[in-house]
Amino acid sequence: MKLHEYQAKEVFADAGIPTPSARLAGTVDEAVAAAEEIGFPVAVKAQVQVGGRGKAGGIEIAGDAEEARAIADDILGMDLKGYHVDRVLVEAAVDFVDELYVGVTMDRGEGRPVAMVSTRGGVNIEEVAAEDPEAIAREHVDPAFGMHPYQARKAVYDAGVDRAVARDVAGVLTTLYELWDERDGSDAEINPLMVTADDEVIAADAVFNVDDDALFRQPDLAEMEEETADDELEAKANEYGFDYVRLDGDVGIIGNGAGLVMTTLDLVDYYGGDPANFLDVGGGAKAERISNALDMVFSDDNVDAVVFNIFGGITRGDEVARGINEALGSFDEVPKPVVVRLAGTNAAEGMEILNTDLVTVEETLEDAVQRAVEYAAEVKA
Amino acid sequence: MSVLVDAETRVVVQGITGGEGRFHTEQMLDYGTNVVAGAVPGKGGQEVTGVPVYDTVDRAARAEDADASVVFVPPAFAGDALFEALDAPLDLVVAITEGIPTQDMSAVYRRLGETDAHLVGPNCPGVITPGEAKLGILPGNIFSAGDVGLISRSGTLTYQIVDNLTNRGIGQTTAIGIGGDPIIGTDFVDALELFEADTDTEAVVMCGEIGGEDEEEAARYITEYMDTPVVGFIAGRTAPPGKRMGHAGAIVSGSGTGTAQSKIEALENAGVPVGDTPEEVADHVEDIV
Repeated sequence: MKLHEYQAKEVFADAGIPTPSARLAGTVDEAVAAAEEIGFPVAVKAQVQVGGRGKAGGIEIAGDAEEARAIADDILGMDLKGYHVDRVLVEAAVDFVDELYVGVTMDRGEGRPVAMVSTRGGVNIEEVAAEDPEAIAREHVDPAFGMHPYQARKAVYDAGVDRAVARDVAGVLTTLYELWDERDGSDAEINPLMVTADDEVIAADAVFNVDDDALFRQPDLAEMEEETADDELEAKANEYGFDYVRLDGDVGIIGNGAGLVMTTLDLVDYYGGDPANFLDVGGGAKAERISNALDMVFSDDNVDAVVFNIFGGITRGDEVARGINEALGSFDEVPKPVVVRLAGTNAAEGMEILNTDLVTVEETLEDAVQRAVEYAAEVKA
Repeated sequence: MSVLVDAETRVVVQGITGGEGRFHTEQMLDYGTNVVAGAVPGKGGQEVTGVPVYDTVDRAARAEDADASVVFVPPAFAGDALFEALDAPLDLVVAITEGIPTQDMSAVYRRLGETDAHLVGPNCPGVITPGEAKLGILPGNIFSAGDVGLISRSGTLTYQIVDNLTNRGIGQTTAIGIGGDPIIGTDFVDALELFEADTDTEAVVMCGEIGGEDEEEAARYITEYMDTPVVGFIAGRTAPPGKRMGHAGAIVSGSGTGTAQSKIEALENAGVPVGDTPEEVADHVEDIV
C-alpha cells in the first residue's frame, strides 16, 4: 500500500523529520487560503501516486495569490498519467542550494534492508542507479541489530554529503530507517531532501509504501488507505478479492495461481492474440468465486473472448464447472465465447458437469489459448 | 535417490489442528509421507488423524525423532513458527503459509544463515519425491518417479509442467516449489546445487518468473558449476512494469530489472534452452533424457 505524499509527510513529521509547513486543499479557494496562510512562495502539488509529477505539470510554484489561484485551477481536476487529481498539497517552497536522496528498502536478493544516500537527489534515482551506481552509497542492515549509528554516518560520508549538514542527514536517515522498521515499510524515500543556504535539511517530498502483508499490525496506516478509483474494473476486483491487472488486449484470461495465469497471458501473446487482463482466482475457489470471475471479465468491454484455465491442486474441477454453468446459465445468450480447460483435481468430474452448449472445451492449455485467440480474431473480423 | 525428502523423512506438521493443516496431513499420510507429529501451542496431548500433537516443535521433535516440518501456521504467527523449527533444530522446514510480512522473513532468513538447515518457501506448494513422500499441498497423483529434477516459483505452473512431462513418460526425482515471495529460504541456486549433487537427477527444469534476480544468478551458477543439463521456462513475458502479478515477488520494477527478457537471455547465454510454451519445455527435456 502506498501512502500519498501528504500522508507520508505527516508520518515523517511526527517522527521528527523536518518537512515544509503545508495544507491539503480540495478546491481552488481552499488552495489560495492555504497559500496565504503559509506565505509565498508556495509549491502546489497534485496528490496522485505516480512518479514524475513535476515533469507532467503536477507541481508548480506560485509567487502570489493570483498565481496560486491560476495554478490550483489548472492542477485540480487535471488528468495526470491516467489519474484524476482531486486534491493538492500547498506547502512552503524551499529555497535550496542542494538536493539529496535518502531511502530505505528491502534488498530482496540479500534478504535484508538497505539504507541509501546520494547527493544526486531531485531526479529519478532509478536512473542514477542505472547510469552511475557509485553515486549512491549503500549500507546493508542486519535485521537482528538494526542500523548502527556508524552505518548512517558511513553512508552519509561515503555519498559525499557536505560536512556542514552530515550530522543532520545521518539523523534523518536513522529516523527513516526506524520508521521503515517499526511501521513495516517496503520503501521509504525522501527525494529530494533539500539543503538550504543556512545548512538546514528539509524533506521536500516523501514516499512511504507499506508491506501489504503487514497491514494487519499497522491499523493506523491501514486506515489511511484510500480507494483510488483510477480503474472501475480494478476497484471491482478489490471488492471480489481477486488478484487482477487490467491490460489493453481483447482476450480475457481467468486461471488459478499467479505463475500459471502469467503463462496463459504469455501464450495468448505467443499465439498472436492480445491479453486483456491477469485474473487469479487463487487456490480452492468455490462456484461463487468462479462466477464472480466471469462477471469481472465480461464487464470489460475490450474482451471479445475468454480463456478459462484451471489446473486443480486444492481447486476442484467440479466446483469450477458448477460456477461456470451457473454464471453462463444466467444469460439468455452467452455474451462472449468462453473456452475452458480443466486439469488436475476432479477435472474429469468437472468435464462431465460442464454445459458444453455454453462453452468450448479444450484438453490442453495450448489448444485452449489458440481457440480463444481465434474467437477473438473472428469477432474483430 | 532424491533431494531434501524421501520415505525416511520424519515430519512434524506445524498448525496441524487448523483446517488446511488437518486436510493436508491426511493427504500427506495417504501419499505415504512419514508424518510423525503435529505441533500447536495449547493443543498438546490431542491427536489429529492418528498423529500425536505436541505443544512445541522441540517436544515433538524429541519425542518422535523428527527431522523436518511443514508449516501451515497463519501469516501473523508464521515467522515465529519458522524460528521455532530452525531453533529445534530441524534439518528441513517447508513453509506453505502465504502472506508472511517481509520484515519477519528478513529476520528468519538471517537466522537461517546461521544454521545448516534448508528452508523451502514460504508461499510455496512444498516438496515431493514421487512415490516416497510429499511435504506440502502438491497433488501427488500428477507426479511420477523418474530422473528429472524440477524447481519452480509457482504452484500451479509446477503442476502444468509436470503434467506435460508425465504425459510423455518423463518422471521426476524431486520437485521443489521454492515459492513466490520476495524473500525465500531455498532459491534457484540452492536447489540447483542439490540436484547437481544428486547422481540420479539427469536433467533439471527450472520455472522462473518476473521479479528479482534469482534466475540471473542461477544462470551464472549453471555456467560455472553445473554439469547436469538444465531446461528453463520464464512466466510473465507480457507483464507490464510496476504491476504486481499475484505473487508478492512477481513485479517488474520501474527501472526495468527483473524482466522476463533479461532472465531468458541470461539462461540462454548459460546454454539453457528456454521453452516458449510448457510443451516446448517438455520437448527440450525429451531431447536430453
